[in-house]
Amino acid sequence: MPLDMYAEQILEHYKNPRNKHALPGAQIRFRESNPLCGDVIEVFLKVDGGEVIVEASFDGQGCAISQASASILTEDLKGKTLSDVEAVTKERLLELLGIPVSPTRMKCALLALTAFKAGIAAFRGKSGVRK
Amino acid sequence: MNLDVQRIRGDFPILGLRVNGKPLVYLDNAATTQKPRQVLDAIREYYEKRNANVQRGIYYLSEAATQAYEGAREKTAKFIGAKDAGEVVFTRNATEALNLVAHSLCAGLKKGDRVILSKMEHHSNIVPWQFQAREKGLKLNYVDVLKDGTLDWEGFEELLCKKTKVVSLTHASNVLGTINDVGKAAKLAHEHGAVMIVDGAQSVPHMPVDVQRLGVDFLAFSGHKMLGPTGIGVLWGRKELLEKLPPFLGGGDMIHEVSLHEATYNDVPWKFEAGTPNTEGAIGLGAAIDYLQGIGMDNVRAHEVELTRHALSKFDELENVKVYGPRDASLKGGVVAFTMEGVHPHDVAQVLDSEGIAVRSGHACAQPLMQELKAGVVTRASFYVYNPKEEVDSLLEGLGKVKKVLRA
Repeated sequence: MPLDMYAEQILEHYKNPRNKHALPGAQIRFRESNPLCGDVIEVFLKVDGGEVIVEASFDGQGCAISQASASILTEDLKGKTLSDVEAVTKERLLELLGIPVSPTRMKCALLALTAFKAGIAAFRGKSGVRK
Repeated sequence: MNLDVQRIRGDFPILGLRVNGKPLVYLDNAATTQKPRQVLDAIREYYEKRNANVQRGIYYLSEAATQAYEGAREKTAKFIGAKDAGEVVFTRNATEALNLVAHSLCAGLKKGDRVILSKMEHHSNIVPWQFQAREKGLKLNYVDVLKDGTLDWEGFEELLCKKTKVVSLTHASNVLGTINDVGKAAKLAHEHGAVMIVDGAQSVPHMPVDVQRLGVDFLAFSGHKMLGPTGIGVLWGRKELLEKLPPFLGGGDMIHEVSLHEATYNDVPWKFEAGTPNTEGAIGLGAAIDYLQGIGMDNVRAHEVELTRHALSKFDELENVKVYGPRDASLKGGVVAFTMEGVHPHDVAQVLDSEGIAVRSGHACAQPLMQELKAGVVTRASFYVYNPKEEVDSLLEGLGKVKKVLRA
């Protein structure tokens, strides 16, 4: 059913997003957009010792799926290492969301994770040009 | 209702589909339209009985193919009131037509010359001009869009000056639906010695368009938005202007004589049709034109006005829903773009899809307009000849479900 993605926990995070604010002093900050649907997200990570995530947050606007995904992800990232984030697969994220995601909405679901990974990559100096 | 919608629907095999267990309600006609059996049959008939490369072989099939291809050109010319079939250039789509005219027209412009566009243009009538502006040092001026969704005509007149060489405007906005008086714009442009180009992608399929009566210089439109196949579009231009323009793409068909270091070019319109053309596309477009003329473009327009009026009055009853563009159906195309408070357009479209309803959600290839409207993104329903009034009602019921599911 195409509406299974609007599960209770998704709608709850969409209506009451966690960690939705800019993070002053964040060492990692990255803006990502999904031009197809006009979603824009900016993610922030405050890290300790260059590796351990002390705080994670996001800001921006988007659909229920992208917003809930960002909210759930920021809760999950606290206390993890940057390497942990780099290792999060699409499957792991979907497990975290706990909903079926149709191919057309996959980009929405992945938006925040993509932004976090790109931010970390830039932070590590692998790239720094994408903005 | 002026149209026998049920009879028309019988010509469109795809409209019998069920989506997510519900009958398909196709309301994304501004993006592309469905194809009647008559168009599909014409394409099939071409491949089964007349396929060969056009304008080349001295043999039966090639002549039959050429005749069919050139016949489609004549139909197209008559459909838009062109003086001569030679004024119709086949392209891939309206986008390519606009790229062609921007490229070839700007070759004769110099640094500091100006091009006037509007803020309600589709990306296809913005980006090709940006290319030229960058390369030639041209200045792009944009006519504002007023709160009611119409063009700022006073602002337009203020922008016009000696340096204005080109005015390129959409005839009907793909988001707001606004129908622009391009005849008036052409008059003003000509007073200043500028060339008037019209993006007719959203007008030619939906209302009678006569290039002579409008008095414009170029008109671009796409076949797939008017019941024809994808991959075929049209650039109509006044012959004396087309003859002066340099070619766009080089290759076969567009040449007269070629030596190692230079070439002379074919006559118009072939000068602008390099390579083997989309013959099946042109033939399919010809069949689509026959089909539309069978209905009558006045009737097509009247039907869409009726659907839009019905939709707008229903939307008026909804709380927390904002509709963009003119509120008078007689001033706009069959397009209703809206936002629902607290619900992202992507989610609106997703829930509607669960009801079998197809609408567009996003920036609709008009990001500058979205920035102007401060809308971010919108949901858009757009109508055509095969949509009965009941499908507008289905859309409205679907919006009720959206509210429920998203708890808006």
